[in-house]
Amino acid sequence: MTVRIERNGSRRFRAAALAGTAALALVLSACGSDNNAGSGTTSAPTSAPTSESPAATSESPAATSESPAATGSGAPPAVEMTGDKAAVKVGMAYDVGGRGDQSFNDSAARGLDKAKAAGVTIVNEIEATATDTDAQREDRLRQLAEGGANVVIAVGFAYEPALAKAAPDYPDVHFAIIDDATLCDPAAKGGPVKNVACLTFAEEQGSYLVGVAAALKSKTGKIGFVGGVNTPLIQKFQAGFEAGVKATKADDTVTPKYITEPPDFSGFNDPGKGETIAKGMYDGGSDIVYAAAGGSGAGVFKAAKAAKGWGIGVDSDQYNAPTLSAVKDVILTSMVKNVDVAVWDDIAGAVNGKPLTGQHVYDLKVGGVGYATSGGFVDDIVPQLEAAKAKIISGEIKVPSTVG
Amino acid sequence: MTNSRRFWLAVAAPLGALVVAFIVTTLVLLLTGSNPFDAYAALGGAFKTPRIVVNTVNTATTYYLAAVAVAIGFKMNLFNIGVDGQYRLAAMLAAAFAGGAFMSGLPSVLRIILTLAAAMAVGAAWAGIAAFLKATRGVSEVISTIMLNAIATALIAYLLAPGRLAIAQGNNVLTQPITEGGYLPNIDIPGSSSQLYTLIFLAALVGLGYWWVLNRTVFGFSIKATGLSETSAVASGISVKRMVVSAMLLSGAIAGLVGMPELLNGDTHAYSLNFPAGIGFTGIAIALLGRNHPVGMVFSALLWSALDSSSNSLQGAGVPKELVTIMQGVMLFAVVIAYEVVRRYRLVLEQKAVARTLAAARTTGDPNEVAAR
Repeated sequence: MTVRIERNGSRRFRAAALAGTAALALVLSACGSDNNAGSGTTSAPTSAPTSESPAATSESPAATSESPAATGSGAPPAVEMTGDKAAVKVGMAYDVGGRGDQSFNDSAARGLDKAKAAGVTIVNEIEATATDTDAQREDRLRQLAEGGANVVIAVGFAYEPALAKAAPDYPDVHFAIIDDATLCDPAAKGGPVKNVACLTFAEEQGSYLVGVAAALKSKTGKIGFVGGVNTPLIQKFQAGFEAGVKATKADDTVTPKYITEPPDFSGFNDPGKGETIAKGMYDGGSDIVYAAAGGSGAGVFKAAKAAKGWGIGVDSDQYNAPTLSAVKDVILTSMVKNVDVAVWDDIAGAVNGKPLTGQHVYDLKVGGVGYATSGGFVDDIVPQLEAAKAKIISGEIKVPSTVG
Repeated sequence: MTNSRRFWLAVAAPLGALVVAFIVTTLVLLLTGSNPFDAYAALGGAFKTPRIVVNTVNTATTYYLAAVAVAIGFKMNLFNIGVDGQYRLAAMLAAAFAGGAFMSGLPSVLRIILTLAAAMAVGAAWAGIAAFLKATRGVSEVISTIMLNAIATALIAYLLAPGRLAIAQGNNVLTQPITEGGYLPNIDIPGSSSQLYTLIFLAALVGLGYWWVLNRTVFGFSIKATGLSETSAVASGISVKRMVVSAMLLSGAIAGLVGMPELLNGDTHAYSLNFPAGIGFTGIAIALLGRNHPVGMVFSALLWSALDSSSNSLQGAGVPKELVTIMQGVMLFAVVIAYEVVRRYRLVLEQKAVARTLAAARTTGDPNEVAAR
């Protein structure tokens, strides 16, 4: 890469060099953004949208109480909307990547689409940019509230400081934030913010179950974990997964590896790197790899197929993801994180005149997380998985949420 | 060339670039099926909201500092791509330092100055590695600073962990928030929920200093001379190695300030996973757009940040936010090309003027032949 400008050369060359510099700068500044693209400062790993989301297109609320059969520990029966749907106007603030990220944001969008199909008005959907400051996130929330939304949902923990500042100025608007509970902490100074609901997930519990499945299915006793970006959120997946493996077979080993470190959030959307890392794990003797890496999971599954091993999906039931149909026969199971259910619940609460406030934990007990049985690969071990699930729900098993 | 002509030529490049950018953006809008009128109305309408204007100025403050950091290198033909890593590492360490318990006993002014000094020192030190490598081993600063960016990312990831320099808060990780007195007050703007960052004055000071050093000091002259021709700089007794080291250190020190408005004027008062990243690269684009000129970069920083700040409003009007990126990219290319076109046109005009003068003086010679020289 030659960017030094030759001063004693011809003028023409100088112009070319200058243009080259401009091009380079542009590419670099694009790199800066792309580093964060598709991910989210916050996003939990997820996968392509599937038609398996609970109550996908139901017009009648009654139908929503059926959770899809394919999802073993599937979604909970959705809250029915009984109030005036037309009175609720929703504004969505997505994380970086936005709609179509095949990941976290899409899963939130599924919940919104369901509400729309049920007759709720969507005022607007605005997505984040990679170089966002807190002020820009705050502006986004304010624009939604000022644009007429009375329910505003902020997708991702990055919105926490922005929401803390904006929410008190709009007391009539119900805010919700996914993946962060700081504002609903009763111990916080000034108490929890009244018009904010915090919707968090017990990712470690679902990960524990797929950890159990991995340990039961592994022949080599070596299991891999590929995390998208090394953040506390993804470490929760790792902690639960490792605990599940160890509790089932104490001698099995889990090799954890993260694709990128923050602020480089490209690890959620880099199938190439995911494939390379997973290939290394399979070459090293692992036969099952858990991909908690959003869009990068596609690469992990590709490596699994080449190595004739197994992969474990995340967030959605990835066996049914249209974009993963070529590798679905190696997807042992998926850790399902039902962000769409949380979004639906929040909107339904407002429709019914009982808007959510405080922290709502979507754990195994309420079906906020779980494991998928699509493909039938774990059918033979469902009794063990259900036993572990029951123990977690009863509190007999305490799943750690931090790596340590 | 008359003065008015000279003025119009100077204005022609940026204006022409804006017009070209406008036309290309309109075409893109039409091609993607959006209504250009709606988009431009949303763009204009955004700035009727005082909050968005204040946010624009605040972000421009950060962008300007990054642009100056890059421009110092550019003036010497040094391409400091490492501004990104320099400011992130500086912001992180300065935040941890400013959030330290020992700080709360000190007077507020001292705390701010210490924090700023720490950030500048870290930025300069990180850039200093590249400077050292270039001066002693001849390592291209382009390569070394790119690699140092990656190392900075890894270093921050290691240090920004609970038990090291950070605490956990929900799913976020951040340095210990700076207590009151350790951060700066902001300026209330009527009708706006956002406040104006006080560090805008520091940015202005940095811009002034940049102009003064380049145009009024021997050091600045040496920087420019080295940038224009290394060989003639050496011939006139300038130590190029010393210039490389001092320019890189200065560039790094200014880069260290880039994160300070967000840290000391922002709301979080800490370095967290959400701290804005990639501003170093934005700075390169803004320095190019502003032609490394202290005032030119003010306008380019404002323009760039105005486009960024209007992204929410554009999406509100149903225009994809990528349009902002397209506009920024087109503008950058258009400006670089427009300046080159104007420069060549000016050259032709100068040649013609010289030819005319020569022809008038040498009535015996062949005018065409003289002009051809």
